[in-house]
Amino acid sequence: MNSILDIEHLRTHFKTDDGTVRAVDDVSFQVRQGEIVCIVGESGSGKSITAMSVMGLVEGPAGRVVGGNIRFDGEELLKLSRNELRTIRGNEIAMIFQEPMTSLNPVLKIGEQLMEPLIEHRKLNKKAARKRAIELINEVGISRAEQIADSYPHELSGGMLQRIMIAIAISCGPKLLIADEPTTALDVTIQAQILDMLRKFKEESNMSILLITHDLGVVAEMADYVVVMYAGKVVEEGEVVALFENPKHPYTQGLLKSKPIINQRQEELYSIPGQVPNPLELVPSCYFHERCAHCMEICKTTQPALKEVGNQQKVACWLYEEATANV
Amino acid sequence: MRTYISKRIMYMIIILFAASFLIFCLYALTPGDFITGNIKLTPERKEELREIYGLNKPVIERYVTWMNNAFHGDFGYSLSQQKPVLTLFNQYIWNSFLLAIVSTFLTWLVAVVVGVVAAYKQYSWFDTIVMVALFAAMSIPSFFIGLLLIKLLAVDLKWLPPGGMLTTGSNATGLAYVKEVIHHMILPVMVMTLLGVGSLTRYFRSNMIDVIKQDYIRTARAKGLKERKVLFTHALRNALLPAITLVGFELPALFGGSLIIEKIFNWPGIGQLYMQSFSLRDYPLLMGFTLFIAILTVVGTLVSDILYHVADPRVRL
Repeated sequence: MNSILDIEHLRTHFKTDDGTVRAVDDVSFQVRQGEIVCIVGESGSGKSITAMSVMGLVEGPAGRVVGGNIRFDGEELLKLSRNELRTIRGNEIAMIFQEPMTSLNPVLKIGEQLMEPLIEHRKLNKKAARKRAIELINEVGISRAEQIADSYPHELSGGMLQRIMIAIAISCGPKLLIADEPTTALDVTIQAQILDMLRKFKEESNMSILLITHDLGVVAEMADYVVVMYAGKVVEEGEVVALFENPKHPYTQGLLKSKPIINQRQEELYSIPGQVPNPLELVPSCYFHERCAHCMEICKTTQPALKEVGNQQKVACWLYEEATANV
Repeated sequence: MRTYISKRIMYMIIILFAASFLIFCLYALTPGDFITGNIKLTPERKEELREIYGLNKPVIERYVTWMNNAFHGDFGYSLSQQKPVLTLFNQYIWNSFLLAIVSTFLTWLVAVVVGVVAAYKQYSWFDTIVMVALFAAMSIPSFFIGLLLIKLLAVDLKWLPPGGMLTTGSNATGLAYVKEVIHHMILPVMVMTLLGVGSLTRYFRSNMIDVIKQDYIRTARAKGLKERKVLFTHALRNALLPAITLVGFELPALFGGSLIIEKIFNWPGIGQLYMQSFSLRDYPLLMGFTLFIAILTVVGTLVSDILYHVADPRVRL
């Protein structure tokens, strides 16, 4: 399978009054055609910023992509002009967000908001765009499409709004859909519907999905390939089954352990001790060392590189470096 | 909607009754009246005049008479000018309105454009210069900037007339009259705009800064819309919504006249008339004018509520 999105050594920094935050620090991974890649990590791990960097929507002037490559369908996105990137956005790469309730403009009708990308990218006239918009509302499983098209966002529920967001995202037949925590703000029953719908559209059109989540249940359900991020870095990546069966990095192990298991009621849920480090105070080290049960001297002074450990699994951890060195 | 408006109108009537009573009492109970200040009159003559004007009757009785007349379209009779109050209003208020409508329009136009651009380029050079200039404009007192501009543009450069609405002794008619009035308007409108634009621009700037941080703006950009479309279709409308409240307050301001500006530029507006009546204690005129402003204020809030309903789909009346 050829890769549709190829991120290499991406660095996105934010300048704050207290110093530079390296929100995305040397991140590389691929998304292949028709594949669902999940980026997993806690809040502040840089997963959303990675997505925004791909979209070219990092909020300047404080935030800026300072290095690396983002190749989409063979084209280098970081070299494109703003206008060229704009023609890809919403057209070949679409995005849906965490909060459907605030992601739609409160003063514009649903129909108008759905028609906009069709008019912009597909060059449809208003009449054709409206017809297509109503088809799209039907496609995302909402009945009374005509009536919905003429309603305002506040008249719809969160689940319906997220369906509308999906309809907007798929309206121009994107090759890549970026979904930034698309189910976090929704009820559990609605979550499953939204995820099913994403998978259905993926299978119908062979698009790829970059799914950002902190919910390992979602990962297990959806992902083909998983990228685990911590403090702006990729600490582990691999095929979903391999990674769930045999997590290498202590952080991944901790994440999997802290997931509640149904029918196994524990006295106390496991949680990884400590907190995500302050991004302003990072020194060359494994950023996880303060919370790691296997912390060694080298972890405190030198950063481990992401290395292949077999079966397409990669991990950035000194535990495995040593193992290979000793052999 | 209809029930809401009829309910609101009922409240309005109650509020106006209360306001009229308050206004009447405040002026009627203030010690002294139009006659007290006239030293040429003998005490006997003063009593006689009070009897004629009905000033010696109890306040409540006078109020009822006043209100009764008001319902019949008679808002009293100016004692100093010896003309009906409404006639005087009609004579002066349009002059004030002319200044106010032009300067309000300019103020809003400049404030929206500059505020939006400054917000969009927050912390840029443009934004910084605009902010400094606005603070300067807001801090200079109107009498000072007015006099300074008269000195510069009227006295030294002789580009514009220093005051008045028409050149003294002019009997221009038709287009020439219009041109003359416009020529005289430029200075006062300039000063009024300069004074009003500061706070309004800051208001629009901060509204716009809030709006462009919203999720739906990010969505609009993620859809690949042109930046112009993001700004004008998605951001501007949301940024202008809170300003509807201000529209309601502008209504009384349009007719209220401006004491200082009209005095400095010797503009024959309602503000000057009001000032004059104050020093002469011409209470019928003052009462009529204050009630008129009260009516406009109440109507203004209703208008802004209805406008909200039209502009914001989330507002249900």
